[in-house]
Amino acid sequence: MTVTTSGPLPTGPYDVAIVGAGVVGSAIARRLAHHPRLRIALVEAQDDVGQGTSKANTAILHTGFDAVPGTLEARLVREGARELAAYAAESGIPVEPVGALLVAWDEEQLAALPRLAEKAERNEYHATRLLGPAELYDREPHLGPGALGALHVPGESIICPWTTTLAYATQAVRNGVDLHLDSPVEGAARHDGVHHLTTPRGPLRARWLVNAAGLHADTLDRLLGHDDFTVTPRRGQLIVHDKFARALVRHILLPVPTALGKGVLVAPTVHGNVLLGPTAEDLDDRTATNSTAEGLDRLREQGRRILPALLDEEVTAVYAGLRAATGVDDYRIAAHPDQAYVTVGGIRSTGLTASLAIAAHVTALLTDAGLDPGPERAPAPVRMPNLGEAFPRPYQRPDLVAADPDHGRLVCHCERVSRGEIRDALASTIPPRSLDGLRRRTRAGAGRCQGFYCGAAVRALFEEAQG
Amino acid sequence: MTRHVDVLVIGAGPAGLAAASRLAAGGARVEVLDREQRAGGVPRHCAHGGFGTPLHPLTGPACARLLADAATRAGAVVRTGVTALDWAGPRTLTTVGPEGPENVAAGAVVLATGARERPRAARLVPGTRPAGVYTTGELQQAVHLYGQPIGSRAVIVGAEDVSYAAAGTVRAAGAEVVALVTHLPRAQTTPARALDARLRHRIPLLTDTTITELLGHGRPTGVRVRHRDGRAATLPCDTVVFTGDFVPDHELARRGGIALDPGTRGPAVDGALRTSHPGVFAVGSVLHAVQSAATAAREGTHAATAVRDWLTGAAWPGGVPLLADPPLRWIAPNRVTPADRLPYVLRTTALLPRPVLHVTQDGRPLHRERPRLRTAVPNRTLTLTARWAHRIDPEGGPVRVTAG
Ligand SMILES: Cc1cc2nc3c(=O)[nH]c(=O)nc-3n(C[C@H](O)[C@H](O)[C@H](O)COP(=O)(O)OP(=O)(O)OC[C@H]3O[C@@H](n4cnc5c(N)ncnc54)[C@H](O)[C@@H]3O)c2cc1C
Ligand SMILES: Cc1cc2nc3c(=O)[nH]c(=O)nc-3n(C[C@H](O)[C@H](O)[C@H](O)COP(=O)(O)OP(=O)(O)OC[C@H]3O[C@@H](n4cnc5c(N)ncnc54)[C@H](O)[C@@H]3O)c2cc1C
Repeated sequence: MTVTTSGPLPTGPYDVAIVGAGVVGSAIARRLAHHPRLRIALVEAQDDVGQGTSKANTAILHTGFDAVPGTLEARLVREGARELAAYAAESGIPVEPVGALLVAWDEEQLAALPRLAEKAERNEYHATRLLGPAELYDREPHLGPGALGALHVPGESIICPWTTTLAYATQAVRNGVDLHLDSPVEGAARHDGVHHLTTPRGPLRARWLVNAAGLHADTLDRLLGHDDFTVTPRRGQLIVHDKFARALVRHILLPVPTALGKGVLVAPTVHGNVLLGPTAEDLDDRTATNSTAEGLDRLREQGRRILPALLDEEVTAVYAGLRAATGVDDYRIAAHPDQAYVTVGGIRSTGLTASLAIAAHVTALLTDAGLDPGPERAPAPVRMPNLGEAFPRPYQRPDLVAADPDHGRLVCHCERVSRGEIRDALASTIPPRSLDGLRRRTRAGAGRCQGFYCGAAVRALFEEAQG
Repeated sequence: MTRHVDVLVIGAGPAGLAAASRLAAGGARVEVLDREQRAGGVPRHCAHGGFGTPLHPLTGPACARLLADAATRAGAVVRTGVTALDWAGPRTLTTVGPEGPENVAAGAVVLATGARERPRAARLVPGTRPAGVYTTGELQQAVHLYGQPIGSRAVIVGAEDVSYAAAGTVRAAGAEVVALVTHLPRAQTTPARALDARLRHRIPLLTDTTITELLGHGRPTGVRVRHRDGRAATLPCDTVVFTGDFVPDHELARRGGIALDPGTRGPAVDGALRTSHPGVFAVGSVLHAVQSAATAAREGTHAATAVRDWLTGAAWPGGVPLLADPPLRWIAPNRVTPADRLPYVLRTTALLPRPVLHVTQDGRPLHRERPRLRTAVPNRTLTLTARWAHRIDPEGGPVRVTAG
């Protein structure tokens, strides 16, 4: 198992190099790892997998009911959702099939619901149902006053985005993929049928190249001579509310898109919190993951209407993610067989859901273009530590605590993370290299006190493991 | 499996330990649970003085040890590393520790779960999310318990007692305090402490100033601040400490459906520290985030009497609501019975020069009192005696406290 973080990169050419270890790149690496004869490199600029947009989204496993019918995105979301639901169950990724309600607050939105139901049909999603106000308030008693009706989409689910990326990458690495972190690709050229990627850690060579660089996919594409699209980051700010808010909401409460734009959603998380967001702001800066006073004010104003009691609960965290918008309502996935190169761009606001289907699609593009993958065998399955509240956590399992008292020693009290979980994460296949990374693997420090109680203790455990 | 004790105290801070000492000394079987590895609560990591009494000054850790030893000597069982998770009955709690899960049933439960500072996110301070952003609680543990390095230039958000304690910790770690920043027009500590920080340690105090944004990826590079008059500036720094703005740790109380006071957000209690649930008491910072450790300990001791009465069959009086009218922010205890004698603690949202407190019930004046503070300031304690409590009508309407 190879995960590198420093020193020169291996010199022998890989069969395939994937640039970008977000949820998409990691899913592709995992998919290609079904072919044991391939030598695969997953190359990531940052110090961990899933540190880009993949860590900062609304964590919904979409049905694709509202995709643009007929697009590649519509198909991959539809297929990916089914595949990911099955994979999650097998791998211990927490998923809760809570269902969604698109709540109409005015006549225009109410009139849009039947059209959305019909669009769902065209997207091969047949389970939607229109609800009147009585049934709506029955299902969501804490909803603010004035809702006129809703469209129920029972198949929408919530999922843990951190565990998803980590599961893919872990399974890929355990099945032979080399993961190179801290390896930003700064240049690319192709000589004699081999790609030469330049990184501060030296060159990396590969016969086939997959560009899964998220917000930077257009930059890498240009290095290869293509000028097909430009990424315009669309920022989404989100507010995470305290666990006491979880009892206020049962479904994902989605806005009804109208000509005036899209409102914000209120959604439970598998970690037991409630999200409010996201904003949608077109920016130039691809690093602008900061929150703003105006953005947060606007979210709270809209949240007050949807779920008034939400605003009385404490805020646990605020974050922002950048969607890789490209001016077209579809993904930008393109094969360049003459260059032995596939671009996986514009994976905008559904990439988590579609990740497994994107990976299968990209694998097919590679083989169609001439990659000989060799024989196929299913990789050994992974079982990820459970971060979800709907499934037993280690401290809730007498068998685990009896076998290992460290699972009864809670370190992070707000999230009830045990010393055993932290220890295991620090010794895992892809160990965290920062406290943020440890938090995404265990939830340690992600709770309401944000480290008042456990911050120093968690840091001490982390530093001890770094030696 | 369920174990039985007379009294189960949740939280081994000053309040819980003091209650346990007094009750165990009186012969009750008392068990104190704390989820941390060591007993003592917040004072464990307050390396500075300011605990104990003027005659017997103590540092926080010394105070923590003293209280824990006293409880053990009195016969209380203090179990650390054990978390009370939830309720399994009116006075039964589910717990977990290295020995596994267990239910503990008690004749009386004392909640002493303390309070925490609101972190940056809860205050909705916008900007980036760098490391190096602390609360005082985390900072003190990092520096005093673990010897972890912090940055070299810290901005401290707040200018109340705990903020000055944070400044002391920053300096003890060898770092420089860039400034104390408060949105209020003055510091909320003793004039002597404010003066000492400004003149002896040359720590600037920025009043009427709010933090509008955190800057920097990875590590802070600075904070944006704005003065009430509209001027804005960037304070370069690599560490930010959010101090004060306390909230009670009311998780267990809420999980148990115990009524909370809307002002304090802690359990509503009467002068004997009885909550809305018979046999469940609450003491210390969870009631009023936060007062001195001495106040918390005094409450713990005080609660012991009513706990004993309950265990020997006394009734559970409801009491009359006690309300603090704006600009007063809250009062605790916040229910009153004629037998109350513990002083009340209050907070104000606005500066009140030479305040006078008026107590009335259904329009009937009960009491008038001039507190010792020359000016009442937000984040500092105002006290009100209970000398008037016997005059209330237990069947009457809410008792109101007004500042005049
Ligand atoms: C606010 C918001 C809400 C969303 N909600 C949902 C949702 O509910 N459901 C859903 O399915 N999807 C959602 N999405 C979309 C989803 O998060 C994205 O589609 C998905 O994360 C994209 O994954 P990615 O791997 O393409 O990109 P990223 O996660 O950004 O990964 C790209 C990686 O490439 C690396 N990289 C870039 N350049 C280089 C280089 N030159 N060399 C090496 N490495 C490089 C980056 O460091 C990064 O790690 C949401 C997105 C946002 C912003
Ligand atoms: C940073 C800071 C500096 C301070 N400086 C001073 C000072 O200089 N002088 C002064 O007099 N006062 C000071 N105080 C205030 C003083 O610390 C408090 O008044 C005092 O600690 C309150 O005691 P307590 O017992 O109510 O709560 P705490 O001391 O907070 O103790 C609560 C205990 O409950 C435990 N607990 C909580 N929930 C559970 C659960 N579910 N299961 C098991 N255990 C649980 C916690 O682990 C904790 O040990 C300071 C406070 C802070 C935060």
